[in-house]
Amino acid sequence: MMPRSQRNALALMAAFFLAAPLVVYPVFLMKAMCFALFACAFNLLIGFGGLLSFGHAMFLGTAGYAAAYSAKSWGFAPELAILFGTACAALLGLVTGLIAIRRQGIYFAMTTLALAQMVYFYYLQAPFTGGEDGIQAVPRGMLFGFIDLKNAWAMYGTVFVIFMAGFLLVYRAIHSPFGQVLKAIRENEPRALSLGYDVTRYKLLAYLLSATLAGLAGATKALVFQLASLTDVHWTMSGEVVLMTLLGGLGTVFGPVVGAFIIITMENYLAQLGAWVTIAQGVIFVICVLTFRRGVIGELGNWLKKPL
Amino acid sequence: MTEIFGVPTQALFGQLLIGLINGSFYALLSLGLAVIFGLLNIINFTHGAQYMMGAFLAYILANKAGLGYWWSLALVPLLVGAFGIAIERSMLKPLYKLDHLYGLLLTFGLALVIQGLFRNEYGTSGLPYAMPAELAGGRNLGFMFLPNYRAWVIVASLAICLGTWFVIEKTKLGSYLRAATENPALVQAFGINVPRMITLTYGFGVALAALAGVMAAPIYQVSPQMGADLIIVVFAVVVIGGMGSIMGSILTGFGLGVIEGLTKVFYPEASNTVIFVIMAIVLMIKPAGLFGAQK
Repeated sequence: MMPRSQRNALALMAAFFLAAPLVVYPVFLMKAMCFALFACAFNLLIGFGGLLSFGHAMFLGTAGYAAAYSAKSWGFAPELAILFGTACAALLGLVTGLIAIRRQGIYFAMTTLALAQMVYFYYLQAPFTGGEDGIQAVPRGMLFGFIDLKNAWAMYGTVFVIFMAGFLLVYRAIHSPFGQVLKAIRENEPRALSLGYDVTRYKLLAYLLSATLAGLAGATKALVFQLASLTDVHWTMSGEVVLMTLLGGLGTVFGPVVGAFIIITMENYLAQLGAWVTIAQGVIFVICVLTFRRGVIGELGNWLKKPL
Repeated sequence: MTEIFGVPTQALFGQLLIGLINGSFYALLSLGLAVIFGLLNIINFTHGAQYMMGAFLAYILANKAGLGYWWSLALVPLLVGAFGIAIERSMLKPLYKLDHLYGLLLTFGLALVIQGLFRNEYGTSGLPYAMPAELAGGRNLGFMFLPNYRAWVIVASLAICLGTWFVIEKTKLGSYLRAATENPALVQAFGINVPRMITLTYGFGVALAALAGVMAAPIYQVSPQMGADLIIVVFAVVVIGGMGSIMGSILTGFGLGVIEGLTKVFYPEASNTVIFVIMAIVLMIKPAGLFGAQK
């Protein structure tokens, strides 16, 4: 059962995303929801498993390419394209997870970064990704054969449902016995091991779940923007999701959503200023690490003395 | 024309040379990362940006102050090293008692800021930096043409790497350093100023990156993102070698440069990714890295 503070926050969040498109540009909100789901997936790994992945863009980008390619070239229906994209990210998560979880801490971060860079170079050269152009004009298609996603409201509703489902799945996972074991591993790995938990398997499962949900976000995003491009696989994207989660609050339930929303808003307004976006992101990183390690939601929860 | 394995020797040795040059930079940068990590327990993500700063400072000194390559080689590491010391004193120091990951996040943020500032000022296109006149030209070795500057880079970086190895492994100062890596509290109790040693170590590691940047300026184009992609490869090098050993970093750096060069000859499609593939294989077989001890 959710504590009351979280139930209220959940209702507030759902109400916000349902009411906001009446005043805010829906495409912007869909982008925010995709990145919020991406950040929630990332937070599952760092906030509850203590594993800092610096390569999460590879899942976002892989799922985006797979969904876009299957929808455009094979004529997959949108629900199949999203499923296919998510499955590809999960497969990549399994392969890279088996390699990356062999090291902890800083080495894990460097390993995931390097693996993601390898994936990036692969997509840069592979013929089906369209190189620098990416896969453009991806058809949104008919969801379940009768909902036309070319309609902005149908697309918005779909993204909303996917986002809420992903969010609740993450919530469920971290509050299940599985999530408790994960936290135990984060706090004291040798002790969890001596209590008889198969630490490696738990970590791999967390990594796999995180990769899959990041993939779901990427596949959805590809359909929303009708585009899959190298931007989503680049290491700057991996850094961005770290920033969103850090700013919102590592290990909080709602932090990644708030963090993603703030960063996407900032990028939206600073977009014309070129490199200043990067500089602003760097400054936020430094400020968060030096003085604001709990993040927006972490500080708020601390102030209200309630879990958020 | 003579051939080896169906490849013209000219091309083979040419790529081997490029591999050695790249390896020189991998070795210099991974050495700096290893030295910093040993004492500070921080992975310095700013390393690539500091390498880029080294190249840019050489470019600025040449164009604004008229100071040539040799001046830059002496001055730039000091300047960027001092910048590193300022960062350590003001920002890294409060992080030592926290999880190591915060150091990674902070230095990543700093790298974004530095790269963004340089991109604002100089744009994204590469800027040329003239080769020092003394090292222009080259010599014919019979089987290949060896440009003097490239020979100099390989020799100089080998000398710097081995010098650093000697200082850390064979001198009294180095023994303090190694002792402080093992147990800083105990070394401090013996009356050695460990915080100052940490600061200077960070400054030294950063200066090494800047030095590599100056040496790279005449070979690669000077551009704000020159360090960003390189540092990721260097991270892979560090994971392969393991950061436990200085000599390990040097050997892995040069070795992987050569392997990358050879891949360009025999299977060019994989030349961008070969180091990452090797990393994956090493992690499967020997997770601690070739020269590392599992911590």
